[in-house]
Amino acid sequence: MKNLNNYGYAFIAPFWIIFLIFNIYPVGLTFYYSFTNYSGSGTAEVVGFANYQRLIADSYFVEAFFNTWKIWGVNFGLQIVIALILAAIFSDMRVKMKGLSFFRSIFYLPNLITVSSVALLFGILLDWQHGSLNMVLMNIGIISQPINWLNEPASAQLSVSLILTWMWFGHSFIVVMAGVSGISTDFYEAALIDGANRWQTFTKITLPLLKPILLYIMITSLIGGLQLFDLPMLLTDGIGSPDGSLNTMVLYLYNQAFKYNNYGYAAAVAYGLFIITVIFSAIVFKSMYGNERKQARRV
Amino acid sequence: MMDRTEIENNVTPEKLSKRTLVPQESKTKKRRSLIKGIIYALLILTAVICFIPFLMMLVNATRSNDAILTGFTLIPGTALMENYRTMMEYVNIWNGFKNSLIISVLVTLLTGYFSALTAYGFAFYTFKGKNFLFVFMLVMMMVPGQLGLIGFYELCKNLGILDTFIPLIIPAIASPFVVFFLRQYIQTTLHPSLIEAARIDGASELRIFHTVAIPIMMPAVATMSIFTFIGSWNNYIVPLVVLFSPEKYTLPVLMGFLKGSQVAQNLGSMYLGIAISVVPIMIAFLFLSKYIVNSISAGAVKE
Repeated sequence: MKNLNNYGYAFIAPFWIIFLIFNIYPVGLTFYYSFTNYSGSGTAEVVGFANYQRLIADSYFVEAFFNTWKIWGVNFGLQIVIALILAAIFSDMRVKMKGLSFFRSIFYLPNLITVSSVALLFGILLDWQHGSLNMVLMNIGIISQPINWLNEPASAQLSVSLILTWMWFGHSFIVVMAGVSGISTDFYEAALIDGANRWQTFTKITLPLLKPILLYIMITSLIGGLQLFDLPMLLTDGIGSPDGSLNTMVLYLYNQAFKYNNYGYAAAVAYGLFIITVIFSAIVFKSMYGNERKQARRV
Repeated sequence: MMDRTEIENNVTPEKLSKRTLVPQESKTKKRRSLIKGIIYALLILTAVICFIPFLMMLVNATRSNDAILTGFTLIPGTALMENYRTMMEYVNIWNGFKNSLIISVLVTLLTGYFSALTAYGFAFYTFKGKNFLFVFMLVMMMVPGQLGLIGFYELCKNLGILDTFIPLIIPAIASPFVVFFLRQYIQTTLHPSLIEAARIDGASELRIFHTVAIPIMMPAVATMSIFTFIGSWNNYIVPLVVLFSPEKYTLPVLMGFLKGSQVAQNLGSMYLGIAISVVPIMIAFLFLSKYIVNSISAGAVKE
């Protein structure tokens, strides 16, 4: 009988051929370029660590780094709080809310829409003079003067954060809800019988048991957030206006490479971004699980 | 995933109130329904906030530029056809639609088939280097897409496939996350004895994959296909980098193009263009929402 196990190679071969060509090779090539002064044409000269030295000293990159964090952080905080409140409401056995699937669908809807359409839509809705949002807010008397949403650094960043929250809280809510329904009802019954109030039930049972799910949301959101590109690119002029406040790391990478033809430097930006992502994912992971392990060892 | 109704049915408020809250039953009930009313009102408000940008978009798509400039109203205007003509003069949005559809459908098919094939190869054969390759794949899964973007562009330039759909479609054959998900799935659902039985019946290895493994994997492939399709449909940065000719633009890239074109002068046409890119997704979601929501829950809890 012939060895059937060699079929294994045949089955995974198409994947690996394409993976090597379109995934691993470009990642390696980018790594090589990050040590050169390649400009998109002509030959690439090796310049050693010059691009990385420039990266660390580059105030625009540092600014982009902090912008990305600010925009992501505000959005994530809001998003997770809303998602947890909603989950607490819908999982409360005493209040018994109806319409979960209806609200879940409505809340999730913005997440499905193409980000570039979202960016364009808010670009005109948030317009200072002609935007419908200012008009509505003024009509119902919440504001007296139109707010120049996208022309002030602070409000532009806040706008992006709020749009991201709008897009993602429904997704987080669904994921949190999935985690909540995985928690055994015995815990809640016991808590009810012991006379625990809502807050105690939530902080002593729901939150600790949701830890893995919250970690999942945080890491996926962080990885996505650090790659923020479409919204800041299309919301204003594509280079991070106003005043560089919407300049994110990937937007900077894109502009360095495909606008200014600094391929070598842009490659270093890509690797800088990658290292930052790895470091922060590790920190998040450790801070949420590190303590637990220590405690376990003590016991 | 456990159904929420099960939780609710185990301990009903009635049971509890009998057990613990007998004396103040009617008072608590009244207070409870008041709280419930407030919560519903807040939920509906949140739902309205979620939906209002879309509503503004739809209303403004039917209004003329001048009407939009003077103020906002919820009453639809009459300039829908005029807005449509103005938009089509500069940007053929249906073309972008067609391009996005071609690419996303092919990407979904390729990802589904080849990921299933790879997952099956990893799960049911033992060969040298299998574990190394699998772990290597998992490590590469963590690498963000932007890392190789510049190298990817150079590769496409050297292969002469810039400004074609090839760089947007072919890489879909290698989707590590889908392979990972499907391998986990098939290892728990397909018993090796089923494969042995098919072998004894004289089926070839590829035939076993097609007739035994694929049908069993289908639910997981469908789940992943939804995300693959949405991901490909919404992809912006890669088509932005590799496509140059406006007639080849995908919908997201065309949206950016719309912003920089003459259409941007006419807000009604802009709103209409955005609406055309958004509404089909909303309609699709209307039918698939339950399925999509369940897929997200499953994806998060299983990992």
